[in-house]
Amino acid sequence: MLNYSILIEHWDMYMQGFANTLKASVLALIGSLAIGTVMAVFRIAPVRPLNWIGAAYVEFIRNIPLILIVFVFFVGLPAIGIRFDSFTAGTLGLTVYTAAFIAEVIRAGILAVPKGQMEAARSSGLTYLQAMWYIILPQAVKIVIPPMGNQFINLVKNSSVLGVIAGLDLMYFGDLISSETFVTFDVYIFVAMFYLLLTIPLSLGVGALERRLARSR
Amino acid sequence: MIYFHQVNKHYGDFHVLKDIHLTIEQGEVVVIIGPSGSGKSTLVRCINRLETITSGELIVDGVKVNDKNTDINKLRRNIGMVFQHFNLYPHKTVLQNITLAPMKVLGVPEKEAKETAMYYLEKVGIPDKANAYPTALSGGQQQRVAIARGLAMKPKIMLFDEPTSALDPETIGEVLDVMKTLAREGMTMVVVTHEMGFAREVADRIVFMDQGRILEEAPPEQFFANPSEERARLFLSRILNH
Ligand SMILES: Nc1ncnc2c1ncn2[C@@H]1O[C@H](COP(=O)(O)OP(=O)(O)OP(=O)(O)O)[C@@H](O)[C@H]1O
Ligand SMILES: [Mg+2]
Repeated sequence: MLNYSILIEHWDMYMQGFANTLKASVLALIGSLAIGTVMAVFRIAPVRPLNWIGAAYVEFIRNIPLILIVFVFFVGLPAIGIRFDSFTAGTLGLTVYTAAFIAEVIRAGILAVPKGQMEAARSSGLTYLQAMWYIILPQAVKIVIPPMGNQFINLVKNSSVLGVIAGLDLMYFGDLISSETFVTFDVYIFVAMFYLLLTIPLSLGVGALERRLARSR
Repeated sequence: MIYFHQVNKHYGDFHVLKDIHLTIEQGEVVVIIGPSGSGKSTLVRCINRLETITSGELIVDGVKVNDKNTDINKLRRNIGMVFQHFNLYPHKTVLQNITLAPMKVLGVPEKEAKETAMYYLEKVGIPDKANAYPTALSGGQQQRVAIARGLAMKPKIMLFDEPTSALDPETIGEVLDVMKTLAREGMTMVVVTHEMGFAREVADRIVFMDQGRILEEAPPEQFFANPSEERARLFLSRILNH
């Protein structure tokens, strides 16, 4: 039987952690979608130097541990005078890291759109960016919804990295409650439940969206 | 209007277009025929720079297509293109397919763009499909929408790359009819096609290509009655007898 008194007594802490995990996830999601889309287009655009930048970003970032990237924002940049609180540093690290994976997902989606779409758009006089924005990306989005859902779920789980740098997220408060009460198992079960509260609806939502788009095609 | 002078194009080591000389005047309808792989599509796609030439000179509407200072998007406004597989935008309605470029490229207000779109949809005979999505249309209808989409930019030149090759036989006629009307109205057209009936009826000139070269260039009467090139004769006998 789980010790629910722990949950009730530390409700405020759990709630604060939950709110911050949610906030970090949403901010990182928006940020990484934006950076990821830009990097994906960089990798594909017919401009060599941009291809290099895009490729370098993805290959560099996704091949180092997330925690290292977070440390860059938490201790690296402060060393040269750019300071963040731990929540911000963690969220930035998470954004930069996730963007590399999202870039790959979006790139695959763009490449899956038939070549004739870009040709039709360009031959009507649209610029490359207009063609991307009005024609290619809307179609790519449909294609990438399932893999993108996985990335979002990973993002929520990876936000636990904030706990390591005292980022006031669920994991951080879990550790705190556990060290105060000397209870481990039950404390972390409740933490896990709060994560599931975020990830399961996300997973269901992506599934529903996928089915709806499949029907509309 | 379109002027190829000593144009060559390579794909790596592969020499696709060899020493192309071709002049197309305003209002002319030129049909390009030739065996598969002879470079017909490549030639047409060079005109709006979907493919870039390796050497030579290509001038379209008074503009050097491959010049560094050429604003290709501006040139492309004047050149409509119709593809074998239509390439309609599947996530947009017929009307949106047609109004997008006029609105985004020419800055035409939405209301006016819609009126123009409807005008051309009437012209190609499917105004009732304005709010349908492309997937709900037959191949022939999709291709007519594609033509309307090209015309809505009020281009000076229309390029067609095998516009009826992907169509069911019963819908080929409706697309060809639209193209014939266009030709009669004086549109400058470059058409790659295997429809010899169409070529005979509306072409001012037939251009026969083989292995990257233009082997023959003649008015249809002359070309079909008495092709001077052996290979053109062979090609014709194969295509007309099957
Ligand atoms: N991107 C490319 N890279 C390399 N070779 C190419 C490329 N595109 C076309 N080719 C080759 O160039 C030649 C000419 O192609 P093109 O598509 O212009 O021929 P076509 O006359 O239009 O043929 P079809 O009647 O089959 O459409 C072909 O041999 C083709 O394999
Ligand atoms: Mg072809």
